[in-house]
Amino acid sequence: MNCNIVLAGVGGQGILSIATILGKAALEENLYLKQAEVHGMSQRGGDVQSNLRISSQPIASDLIPLGGADLIVSLEPMEALRYLPYLAPTGWVVTNTAPFVNIPNYPEMEKVEAELRALPHVVAFDMDAMAKEVAIPRASNMVLLGAASRYIDLESEKIEAAIRAIFAPKGEKVVETNLTAYRAGRNYTK
Amino acid sequence: MKTKQLLLGDEALALGAINAGLSGAYAYPGTPSTEILEYVQANPVAKERKIHSHWSSNEKTAYEEALGLSYCGKRSIVSMKHVGLNVAADPFVNSAMTGANGGMIVIAADDPSMHSSQNEQDSRYYADFALIPALEPTNQQEAYDMARYGFELSERHGVPVLARLVTRLSHSRAVVETDKEAQAENEVHFPENGRNWVLMPGNSRRRYPELIKTYETLAEESNTSPFNYYKDGPDHKLGIIVSGIAANYYNELFPEGSPFPVVKISQYPIPAKLVARLMDECEAVMVIEEGQPYIESRLRGIADNANLYGKLTGQLPRTGELTPDAVRDALIKVLGAESEVGKQLAKEAPIPTPQIVMPRPPALCQGCGHRDVYSALNDALKEQPGARVFGDIGCYTLGYLSPFNAIDTCVDMGASITMAKGAADAGVHPAVAIIGDSTFTHSGMTGLLDAINENSPITVIISDNLTTGMTGGQDSQGTGKLEDICIGLGADPKHVRTIDSLPKLHDEMMALFREEFDYPGCSVVISRRECIQTARRHKK
Repeated sequence: MNCNIVLAGVGGQGILSIATILGKAALEENLYLKQAEVHGMSQRGGDVQSNLRISSQPIASDLIPLGGADLIVSLEPMEALRYLPYLAPTGWVVTNTAPFVNIPNYPEMEKVEAELRALPHVVAFDMDAMAKEVAIPRASNMVLLGAASRYIDLESEKIEAAIRAIFAPKGEKVVETNLTAYRAGRNYTK
Repeated sequence: MKTKQLLLGDEALALGAINAGLSGAYAYPGTPSTEILEYVQANPVAKERKIHSHWSSNEKTAYEEALGLSYCGKRSIVSMKHVGLNVAADPFVNSAMTGANGGMIVIAADDPSMHSSQNEQDSRYYADFALIPALEPTNQQEAYDMARYGFELSERHGVPVLARLVTRLSHSRAVVETDKEAQAENEVHFPENGRNWVLMPGNSRRRYPELIKTYETLAEESNTSPFNYYKDGPDHKLGIIVSGIAANYYNELFPEGSPFPVVKISQYPIPAKLVARLMDECEAVMVIEEGQPYIESRLRGIADNANLYGKLTGQLPRTGELTPDAVRDALIKVLGAESEVGKQLAKEAPIPTPQIVMPRPPALCQGCGHRDVYSALNDALKEQPGARVFGDIGCYTLGYLSPFNAIDTCVDMGASITMAKGAADAGVHPAVAIIGDSTFTHSGMTGLLDAINENSPITVIISDNLTTGMTGGQDSQGTGKLEDICIGLGADPKHVRTIDSLPKLHDEMMALFREEFDYPGCSVVISRRECIQTARRHKK
């Protein structure tokens, strides 16, 4: 098992919770893991990314080399495109299509969608809408995790257990809301 | 007994220190070092043992508090970002002279690529000229292990030890094997050689040769450090020196093992014997290190060495962080694309980023009080073309960017007030300083005293959000005391004004600014509203 994931989004969207959950699931399975995060100034609404590497073998670098990512997992469509140089030729992009527009020169959505459609391996849909429909709007990161989970060689039960463990301090209702969103995302890519 | 945990590099070092009998942790928040003290604050053993973990006013006060603990025989850590070591440079350099009694580890987290900093300074240079040994962990496990090792090294040689972290280790998680039990703390015991701690010239002159001797012993010990090694490889055309996390990027390229001999350095002074052997046995040497070319310049000296490659010869980038790709490119440049290793390392060009992708710079949060301050300040300054606004370090530095474009300078902690004073001395009017509450108590108060003593015609805006916002909302030392501090320093109470930073008070704030611009002396306007990030957390 060897999986390199670039997690992308805008500061404050919640990509780090995805990393935390996958990290916990990987730890339970006794896998090696490295996860480089971005803290500080860029968390204030700037572009953020996290490199997550999971492997059954020891991992050297905290950073994924160019062309080395098996997956780009993004909460924002333009941010998914930003990290394409890291994508392996066989890699997949799993991304939310709901744009987060906080800059005046955000590109036209048709152009963003056209770039996404041109990729050979892509799963793109409106995860904000799905989260709102099945759970709560803020759970779009769990929809994304569910959709991406099909491409990560970790048992879904282990990921669910990690979601439970992470959200348990916030109460059973929060746990269930997040699990519902996760399962909806996972079913979408069935 | 051992257990496994997923930890940031920052957290691994903090937990390592707790498990090695830590008695006190001291710090001022700063990216990427903040999580060290936060980890101690949240740790159950630390709570039970009442290990000190409050934030200090600045890095210098934090450093001296930690040194006080060490004087009493207790183990202490003090953590800061790289530029924080500038603030603590005075006690840092002088603590080599006093020496340490209880083990003391100074943690400086460098920020190459300047993710959240003003510069790329490399803390290894500080250790070098202070004659303090340094540890540079390669990974999270080493960060954990180096805490106990560092305390022991510090106590064995009677000097503080610098632990140099970098962003990619501080803020990267990995599985770390940790001890289940924390060892007992040291009992209070005072230094045997008490006069080392009174740095009067007579004592210092006696102490300095002793310190130099200690450093020579440390240099010898580096050759046999468990964190340094020489590992032979089949091809002696090139020898590789890697330090700290640069080792990982090199190893990433050769999963089956390095074709070249490697010296790995994670303990300083530089292990001269290991390096000499490598230079002796290999036709050429490349130095791969994160940050400034410290090892490379030490090896190069003045006379140029044609067979030494690194950042100064251009194969590796002189600025910014290393990456696996930067190391790959450098090896190909040195060995040639047609060489065996060059061919092995070659790969297809990456997919380009589409041109439609636009930069997304960080910005002040929607609903942030700093926004209201800048909007009122900009309007108040509209008919004042001669005005200059001196900014400071914090979220509000983002006021430089569009749409506010509100500040003219940002240099270091506290420089807003002192530079505004200098500008007023030069005849500029209005000379406005804008500073956050935490930065004000860190390094603004002394500058304000200068301005008050000369009644300099400046307007100091303290944009008080009741927290240290940029680093994620740590306690701010001046909360609830700012007016008293300013008046206590001698500010005229009539010109210490307070207003809530709210959109509905835009006109009042603007009028207040204008009144104080017109006052020909030193005035302070405290604009206050809680950070919306911490306010949201408090509501939950």
